[in-house]
Amino acid sequence: MSEPRDYGFETLAVHAGAAPDPVTGARAVPIYQTTSYVFDDVDQAASLFNLQQFGYIYSRLTNPTVAVLEERMAALEGGTGACATASGHAAQVVAFFNLLRPGDHLVASQKLYGGSINQMTHSYPQFGWQVTLVDPRDPENFRRATTERTKAYFIESASNPDGIVADIQRIADIAHEFGIPLVVDNTLPSPYLCQPFRWGADIVVHSLTKYLGGQGNSIGGVVVEAGRFDWFQNDKFPLMTEPCASYHGLRFAETFGTFAFTVRAKVMGLRDLGPCLSPMNAFLILQGIETLPLRMDRIVENADRVAEFLDSHPLVRWVSYPRLPKNRTPELEKYCPRGVGGVFTFGVKGGYEMGVKVVDHCELLSHVANIGDTRSLIIHPASTTHRQLTPEQQKAAGAGPEVVRLSIGIETVDDIIADLDRALHRAAKETGVLVTSS
Amino acid sequence: MSDERLHYDDAFLRDLLSRVRSIAVVGASAQPMRPSYFAMRYLQDKGYRMLPVNPRLAGETILGERVYESLSALPLVPDMVQIFRRSEEVPPVVEEAIRLGVQVVWMQLGVRHDEAARRAQEAGLTVVMDRCPKIEYGRLFGEIGRLGINRGIISAKRGQALQLRRRHGITFERR
Repeated sequence: MSEPRDYGFETLAVHAGAAPDPVTGARAVPIYQTTSYVFDDVDQAASLFNLQQFGYIYSRLTNPTVAVLEERMAALEGGTGACATASGHAAQVVAFFNLLRPGDHLVASQKLYGGSINQMTHSYPQFGWQVTLVDPRDPENFRRATTERTKAYFIESASNPDGIVADIQRIADIAHEFGIPLVVDNTLPSPYLCQPFRWGADIVVHSLTKYLGGQGNSIGGVVVEAGRFDWFQNDKFPLMTEPCASYHGLRFAETFGTFAFTVRAKVMGLRDLGPCLSPMNAFLILQGIETLPLRMDRIVENADRVAEFLDSHPLVRWVSYPRLPKNRTPELEKYCPRGVGGVFTFGVKGGYEMGVKVVDHCELLSHVANIGDTRSLIIHPASTTHRQLTPEQQKAAGAGPEVVRLSIGIETVDDIIADLDRALHRAAKETGVLVTSS
Repeated sequence: MSDERLHYDDAFLRDLLSRVRSIAVVGASAQPMRPSYFAMRYLQDKGYRMLPVNPRLAGETILGERVYESLSALPLVPDMVQIFRRSEEVPPVVEEAIRLGVQVVWMQLGVRHDEAARRAQEAGLTVVMDRCPKIEYGRLFGEIGRLGINRGIISAKRGQALQLRRRHGITFERR
């Protein structure tokens, strides 16, 4: 029985959180497809409801299959605990539900996935949560937008869709100057390519739907806690430090220490908002995580080749792939030296119409609103995922009219390239865009 | 309190929690939602004899156990003293534990007194600081994984936690 730090990432991806079933010896993770769990007696039930025992009550709060996934994610991120949720969006709400009360404020990157910008600018105000969006390329923008009521900063480690890597450490340092946590969406690189806790982040959220599940079959999310944030350093986090009326005056940070955020996410967030992950989805996502390192290596290798091809294509104006030599930044080298995954954008000559047609003409690449699949995917954000945004927001989010987003999969890379090349030429023919060498 | 988080090996903590049978809880609370009550309740369920110590509650009963006013007033010398007091109030408790011949002093999560710890160690006692025995027990013996907490333990053996309990001869079943 070695200490945890002896194990490598690939070992954790296969084993963490799971063990042979003590009753049957089953080696794969059993799917506990149950809503509820029999109590020993009234006394034990009471202590479970009071959180005095670690146990199972109801699968909206905890489930043995889901718990394996949670522990595995905590291990892969190097955190103390994790709370799985029904989706990545739910993970964000559950995380902020631990931090913000009505009237509180969040500073978030303006380079977020369009759905997150929708959630934050349109739905968070319904909870009384105010959000200011800033350009993350200058970390000082976070400081400038901070108010007395600011309770967290929120960024994507690498932005969806244009793969720009944020200066995680600088932004974390500024957050800590104000005594607030940095929350990082680490979906795009996955913990295999980027570990925000190493750079001072306090909370990580994921859409497990993407690379972690990795095969496009299950929606899921997770909140992971680093376990280092001192909730008592100021009076900004009464939800963590003050007596909780719905648990007879329990103080989460005092009672649960380094994993208090995780416990509260479950017993308040999942209990009262309700977005629990199903055991079946947890199982499917666990199957995906076992091969995460293998898939990510291949995906980055394929994405490198596709980006290089597009960069020299006569119908392509630009390619926003962070690993192209001309696009490399110090942030990429520091935080994601082995890649950011296979999601990136390129701009076509001929604007909106050409962008739509390229998507239409692909035969191998699938036109879907998802990323992080084994299959290569393509979409035109301005007409789909980022449609609800204003033209200015679209542009700021890297989703202007000429932008096409790719999520490169694990197919034979020459087939991906051939499909894109064919689609570009057919679309150009239909829209009358001239092939010039520029 | 130093900023550096203390490190304890899993094997050390597992051995310690397997050896100890009786635990005096200095600063025991009768309020069910206080951390000390949580820890007592949980550890009592795991088969430890829990002995509450609190001068303000002396003579009362917590979780079926009589409360004593000091460590010296206890009817037996406990294997371990668990301290739920502010860090600055730790030294006299440690001195009393040394005098009585207690084997282990355990300071609760958030409680740390390096000088008192050094005194105890020089007197041959084992010291743990800034940790919760309930959490460590739950982590090392698997239960805390139920909450999605990272135990940092990997094993391809079946029912390892159960085997450990049997080997050490402690009744870990609910009473």
